Amino acid sequence: MSIIEIKNLTKIYDGAGLEVKAVNGIYLNFEKGEFAAIVGPSGSGKTTFLNLLGGLDSPTSGEVIVDGVDIWKLRSRKLINFRMNHIGFVFQSYNLIPVLTAKENVEFIMHLQGRSKRERDARTKELLQAVGLADRINSRPNKLSGGQQQRVAVARALASKPKFILADEPTANLDSKSTENLLDIMEKLNREENITFIFSTHDARVVKKAHRVITMEDGKIVSDVTQ
Amino acid sequence: MIWSISWRNIWRNKVRSTVVIIAITLGISAGVFSTAFFTGMMNQRIEQVISNELSHIQIHHPDFRSTMELGNYISTGAELTRKIADIPGVKGVSNRIVIQSMISSAETASGVKIVGVDPEDEKGVTDMEENIIEGEYFNGIRSNPVLIGNKLAEKLKVKLRSKVVITLQDLDNNIAGGAFRVVGIYKTPNSTYDETTVFVRRGDIARLAELPDHAGHEIAILVENNELVDTVQHQIIAMDGDLEILNWKELSPEMGYLTEVMDLYMYIFIIIILFALLFGIINTMLMVVLERVKELGMLMAIGMNKQRVFNMIVLETVLLTLVGGVVGTLAGSGLSKYFETHAIDMSLWAEGYSQLGYDPRVFTSMDVNLMITVIIMVLFTGIIAAIYPAYKALKYDPAEALRIE
Repeated sequence: MSIIEIKNLTKIYDGAGLEVKAVNGIYLNFEKGEFAAIVGPSGSGKTTFLNLLGGLDSPTSGEVIVDGVDIWKLRSRKLINFRMNHIGFVFQSYNLIPVLTAKENVEFIMHLQGRSKRERDARTKELLQAVGLADRINSRPNKLSGGQQQRVAVARALASKPKFILADEPTANLDSKSTENLLDIMEKLNREENITFIFSTHDARVVKKAHRVITMEDGKIVSDVTQ
Repeated sequence: MIWSISWRNIWRNKVRSTVVIIAITLGISAGVFSTAFFTGMMNQRIEQVISNELSHIQIHHPDFRSTMELGNYISTGAELTRKIADIPGVKGVSNRIVIQSMISSAETASGVKIVGVDPEDEKGVTDMEENIIEGEYFNGIRSNPVLIGNKLAEKLKVKLRSKVVITLQDLDNNIAGGAFRVVGIYKTPNSTYDETTVFVRRGDIARLAELPDHAGHEIAILVENNELVDTVQHQIIAMDGDLEILNWKELSPEMGYLTEVMDLYMYIFIIIILFALLFGIINTMLMVVLERVKELGMLMAIGMNKQRVFNMIVLETVLLTLVGGVVGTLAGSGLSKYFETHAIDMSLWAEGYSQLGYDPRVFTSMDVNLMITVIIMVLFTGIIAAIYPAYKALKYDPAEALRIE
């Protein structure tokens, strides 16, 4: 059974009397443990698609079913809780909380989930070790490089034990060494812990690592290749 | 963790937060200090009225205060005075003769209130002995000594040992006059009182007015502290319910209102300060929210619900406001504490102060309840100031907020 089922997903922006179909009737399924890249030129609808998938932006029509739950039929508060407990996010510009240390950033979501301190400490330590930042747990984001910040963001996304992680152009602001490093970590987590990653990207190095490449143009899927 | 984030967020822009905190600190400390200043001034006025003019309780014949008739004296004055002196908590009792009369010197004349006292008894009730600035308290002149205020001395152009004549209507409505010599000149903070009140020995004035020795128009009582006033008053009423027995607030209702009115003014003053600060805080927090839209979008995306975002902004505003409020209250309190023992000299305006009965040397008076109230008001200001910025923060949905650069 698919972890995510997308049925006829459509998002129409209506600005100044001009309708723009950012996402146009997409049908797609994702299986547990996939490492999938969504590619396409700017304006092809990649980010909008990820926002719809992650419950951040509401579709004009269609369904996003995660483990049997149509997330867009959930009430606002339940949708927020669903995001918190089942979906991990990695953003292009890291978006860590600047006043918190790496450790605090990772454990923040577990705080929201109401996990015990013992559990938080253990999971934070485990995750920061997994992303190679065990020695920087007390550093604030402004003391970390872009690559390090994005690794903290990956650890944060994993902290809530989500069903899948959505990453919107996670390497766009990174140099090639940091990109390589981050991709290795994500791939390792996918391979060893069967974590599902779905990311949008322009980056050929990311595409090369992906097991499945979905290409979008004008809000539609134009190809879906497993490699 | 929300507390920790809110607290640290305040210090993200140190300069901006410090400026806001300084503004709040200055506003609140000025408010607290002004309150302590005016409370001190008012308390001094009340203390001065009690210790120099009214005492805590006065007893009169029921018709005396309305008619000021010489014949409306307390016939049991001497006996009642002795009984009252035995009540626990009573510090002093003075049986006085009070006559509206005329005093004249070689130069001019003036209408005055003659207060005939037993000098020793009067010492236990008023501070008149300490208010003497020239001469001595009923000492140095054997026959008909009189104590007059410095303002009256200036008006009559008399000095120590000068002769003055007191003219009055005696008990039989005949005009009587007697020569008195100035034994001392006193000065209280109330120049009007000094100009209109003179003290003589009760025996001297009783003889002149042909009043019986035991007669008294006014029995003034001073108790050990203000809290005992009601108890002692009730005990006296139980002794003789036919007399008019009033405490200082009943004798001078304006003094009682003064406390209430001053409290009201102080609250209005502090509310105006807080109202002005409110807009500064709202402006700052709006800037904070607008600068952090993307971050708030991220927080909502990863699972922070709107209630928690709202609480975080409110908490941040309240903490920012409270820092200024607490520092301001402490600074204002510290300053007020210092001036509780070091007088603020308002001598430049001494004439005006004195005419209104206020001492130009003001000692501040701290009211702990008021300090606590101010902090609570600051807390509420913080909460009110937070509502609009927090509401603004909730207007974005996560996807929209994350797109903002």
